[in-house]
Amino acid sequence: MTSARGGSRLWLWVVSSAVILLVSCVLGLMIGPAGPQWWRIPLELLDRIPFVNIDSGIAARDWTIVWQIRAPRVVLAAIVGATLSLSGASFQGVFRNPLVDPYLLGVAAGAGLGATLVFALGGSRPTDWLIDPLPLVSFGGGMAAVFFTYMVGTSFGKTRSNISLVLAGVAVTSLATAIQTFVLQRNNDVVRQVYAWILGRLSSATWGDVRLVLPYVVVSTVVLLMHRRLLDVLRVGDDEALALGTNIRRVRLIVVLAATLGTASVVAVSGLIGFVGIIVPHAVRLIVGASYRKVLPLSVLLGGAFLVLVDIPSRVLSDPAEIPIGVVTAFFGAPFFLLLLRTRETSS
Amino acid sequence: MTVLGFCELRVTYGDHVAVESYNDILHSGEWVCVIGPNGAGKSSVLRAAAGLIDYTGSVAVDQKEIPATSARWRAQHIAFVPQSPLIPHDMTVEEYVLLGRNPYIPYFGVESASDREIVVDVLHSLDLEGFERRKLATLSGGEIQRLVIARALAQQAPVLLLDEPTSALDIGHQQHALELVDRLRRERGLTVVSAMHDLTLAGMYADRLILMHQVVAWRKEARPKC
Repeated sequence: MTSARGGSRLWLWVVSSAVILLVSCVLGLMIGPAGPQWWRIPLELLDRIPFVNIDSGIAARDWTIVWQIRAPRVVLAAIVGATLSLSGASFQGVFRNPLVDPYLLGVAAGAGLGATLVFALGGSRPTDWLIDPLPLVSFGGGMAAVFFTYMVGTSFGKTRSNISLVLAGVAVTSLATAIQTFVLQRNNDVVRQVYAWILGRLSSATWGDVRLVLPYVVVSTVVLLMHRRLLDVLRVGDDEALALGTNIRRVRLIVVLAATLGTASVVAVSGLIGFVGIIVPHAVRLIVGASYRKVLPLSVLLGGAFLVLVDIPSRVLSDPAEIPIGVVTAFFGAPFFLLLLRTRETSS
Repeated sequence: MTVLGFCELRVTYGDHVAVESYNDILHSGEWVCVIGPNGAGKSSVLRAAAGLIDYTGSVAVDQKEIPATSARWRAQHIAFVPQSPLIPHDMTVEEYVLLGRNPYIPYFGVESASDREIVVDVLHSLDLEGFERRKLATLSGGEIQRLVIARALAQQAPVLLLDEPTSALDIGHQQHALELVDRLRRERGLTVVSAMHDLTLAGMYADRLILMHQVVAWRKEARPKC
């Protein structure tokens, strides 16, 4: 009886978060430089629902702006925000450390090194290539760095694998950053491009980017969400979780791999967008408590909504230029988080 | 029937020897109390049996050597109550006791109705009815102690290992908790191994006492052969 009540409350949260995500996406489609009048866009969207007929009065050319430029950007922002939040929450679960972010085991540094190499070796015209090598190489770099971290970190014996894994991540990050700096020093001309990549970008999003990341993100999301109960078991510590019959090493390996797969794939198309992976899961915890059964699904939905929303000011505030999304996430996210923290502290 | 057997158990942490040639054979429904000062190796004996540390020699449950078993099999056969359990403060009582059903739930599965019924039963037998929705942060020390025992009982394992189960409690609560374990032992035929400080309490409940002194076990009766 009691548990049924808890379950239905979770569904209530999931449904309201899904509505928030949907509203954010519609807002994201409505606001932006150029394109049709904002209020016509929801009408056009309704018109596209089967059996609904509304004349929105949008010209085909205007709709192209919305559908080919804004829509992929909104969808990509939702995917990136959802994936970073979910990966962050999962990493925090397996390492039982709320300060951990999805870049902990070197994925960001590895991807950054990959991107730097593409800019440095490919020169200024990587678009000449048949396939854009940037996402592929940065994805490969991120995965390789975490693989390396895992091999080194788990080779010290099982007793300290948790700490040694994190330390190995620190070492691999430093190494990759050092190589990246060296390459940058030798290739001054690409510093600007690499810097822009590091600050994160959604501005050049296309449906191609969405198609590129979607398979990886779907696999990663499904696997991580299926671990929500086991992450709750890990909350009592390694020893007790083991005594309760959990194969901790297997859980940790699968969760780290799945979270890395998701993170590396979104980093490959959007660069480094910090902050989301820590702040969104925390905000969710402040609202619904620390159980991963709630934190994981809500991080997906609200992480997506958060990045879609903060992407709006990033493209309109300094029109026609863009503010890097990483700057906006911190600029709007940090005060919001502090406010939430303060309200919760006071009310409890 | 032999449920739990130790043979020439030796536990080391680096160069430090914690337990040396520990032998014992426990039958169904038996309660053995390991007593001794801090650092005598009591906890190490229990942790070896729970599969939490490496050792040499042999520890077997139902004739199966501990290292050869999976974590899931062990948790179905041995329930371990740690000395200082980690308490996630915003978990509810029901969620916490449900963790004891973990060894029966498939990897990607969720708790079934029968798991929840078992939790209701266990909470009833430990006088924790009506606590289901309470957050752990709101419980007293004595209630937490009973809750951790409740989680272990939800595992429905034939062997119960208690590592200083009552050290955080006052004398009244200590006795209450141990009486509870004793009652369950009689009702369900549990085999209990507990590590304890308090000689009086240990003498009141245990069938046999084993004194750990400077990593070696001493006892009144003859040392069992293995």
